[in-house]
Amino acid sequence: MTLLAVERIKLLSTRSPWWCAIVALVVTTGFTALIVGNASEDFPATVATTQFGYNFGLAVIMVLAALAITTEYRFGTIRTTFQAVPNRGAALVAKTTVIGLLALVIGEITAFACYGISLLLQPEADLALNSTADWINVAGVGVLYGLAAVIAVAVGILVRHSAGAISLLMIYSLAVEGLVQLIPNIGDDIYKWLPFNVANKFLMGDGTSNGSRAADAGMPLSTSPLSPGWALAYFAAFAAVLLAAAVVTAKKRDA
Amino acid sequence: MIEAQGLTKRYGKTLAVDNLTFSVTPGKVTGFLGPNGAGKSTSMRMMLGLDNPTAGQVRIGGKRYHDLDHPLRTVGALLDARWVHPNRSAKAHLAWMAKSNKISPRRVDEVLDIVGLSSVANKRAGGFSLGMSQRLGIAAALLGDPEVLLFDEPVNGLDPEGILWIRKFMHRLASEGRTVFVSSHLLSEMALTATELVVIGKGKLISQTTTDDFVARASENSVKVRSPQLAVLRGALEGASATITDSDDGILVSGLDSDKIGEIAMEQGAVLHELSPQRGSLEQAFMQITGDSVEYHADLETEAQQALAPTAN
Repeated sequence: MTLLAVERIKLLSTRSPWWCAIVALVVTTGFTALIVGNASEDFPATVATTQFGYNFGLAVIMVLAALAITTEYRFGTIRTTFQAVPNRGAALVAKTTVIGLLALVIGEITAFACYGISLLLQPEADLALNSTADWINVAGVGVLYGLAAVIAVAVGILVRHSAGAISLLMIYSLAVEGLVQLIPNIGDDIYKWLPFNVANKFLMGDGTSNGSRAADAGMPLSTSPLSPGWALAYFAAFAAVLLAAAVVTAKKRDA
Repeated sequence: MIEAQGLTKRYGKTLAVDNLTFSVTPGKVTGFLGPNGAGKSTSMRMMLGLDNPTAGQVRIGGKRYHDLDHPLRTVGALLDARWVHPNRSAKAHLAWMAKSNKISPRRVDEVLDIVGLSSVANKRAGGFSLGMSQRLGIAAALLGDPEVLLFDEPVNGLDPEGILWIRKFMHRLASEGRTVFVSSHLLSEMALTATELVVIGKGKLISQTTTDDFVARASENSVKVRSPQLAVLRGALEGASATITDSDDGILVSGLDSDKIGEIAMEQGAVLHELSPQRGSLEQAFMQITGDSVEYHADLETEAQQALAPTAN
């Protein structure tokens, strides 16, 4: 508990988390407002539509999470941290937990803000949350942000440089996964198991939250063969393995 | 009490720290002296468990750093004053450190007061001058009221007032019975600050002695003598097994102290125009002892001679 409090003080005594939270919120709700505001007969607003912008916030959250650890390396405070807490594993896990929880909270606020703004813009549309899939599609965004933050922290610990860690995360999550599909024969099979594609399966399921909207008018659905529950477990396990690798590396390295 | 045993650190082919064994005792300021690149900072990082030694270990009060419970309460260290997040306030920086070792938040205000930073406690540390950062670093080191204090080059870049303040501060800490270990590449600074010295060069231990011994051993003490009856005096001094070298307008006598030389001159009835003990400068002493153990060696002697040549005559 002490270590969690320590990391909370560290995280909230600088300004960048606040800025990132605001940017995540503004960008995601703004994008949602554009989509939902322009919904029509052909492209009706659905529960899934209200969360189409979650990828924007996700990118910002991963930047926040990566920066939270790489700035410690940049400014040498990681050494002060390890000096105060020689058990590096405990210190890093506490840090990851705090950042993950913050990301979760930002994610929930963002998701429900997007949902709320959609209700205001399209009061007529069928936006009631009346199935598990609907609920997961909205409330699951926070969970996804939390786990993505863990991945970003792990990458930050491994890479240690802000620019390197952020570009790696952005290029991977925004481009690499999609491009893998272009590999002939095996591309699609590999893509099925790539973490952010699987995470999308957890959020969108088989598209039931997208209701009556034509399948080709929405975000492409995940090709993962897993059920939403297993998809979440898979994504969480991926984050956990990456973090474990990062902690083991940090223990071996000179700080 | 700090004990290093066979401490070794290898980076690829370079042996940064080579089998260092020394101990630092409480109640004194012990200097850790060596030229730049001698391995002082690396050794200090290994003492704090930040770098893993290739071989050997350091024990602080009998325990390895990793085994200390709430280490900030046992060991306070200032390795680099810039290890602070520039957008975090001085107070927040100390607050998280205090929290991590279950130190009361009141202590944060206390140490800020001790180093004289109370008025800027809520200002971002990024806007601090080097002297202020150094004070903040010292506040962080004092936070846990530790028995053992490590400072790496604490006076680097400070103005004379800051240097004096740090020097007095270290003496005070030592007089309170704490173990104070401070590194520097400046022997002149160490001579004023430290009573004990651990001297290293190229990662190897050169000596562990008292500062006085080190300086006395290093600087070859000689006495300058000027006299109209030099020839008479020279014979008598050589008879007393002194070594004599000619200097500008007199002789330099080594192996005898000025008292003895004065007595011999009296016996010989020689008039003395000058009888002055010469103390080699501390830098000379340092160069003489660390000699070829400087990692990046500039040919100082030749360079100095070239620079001085036009003004010599």
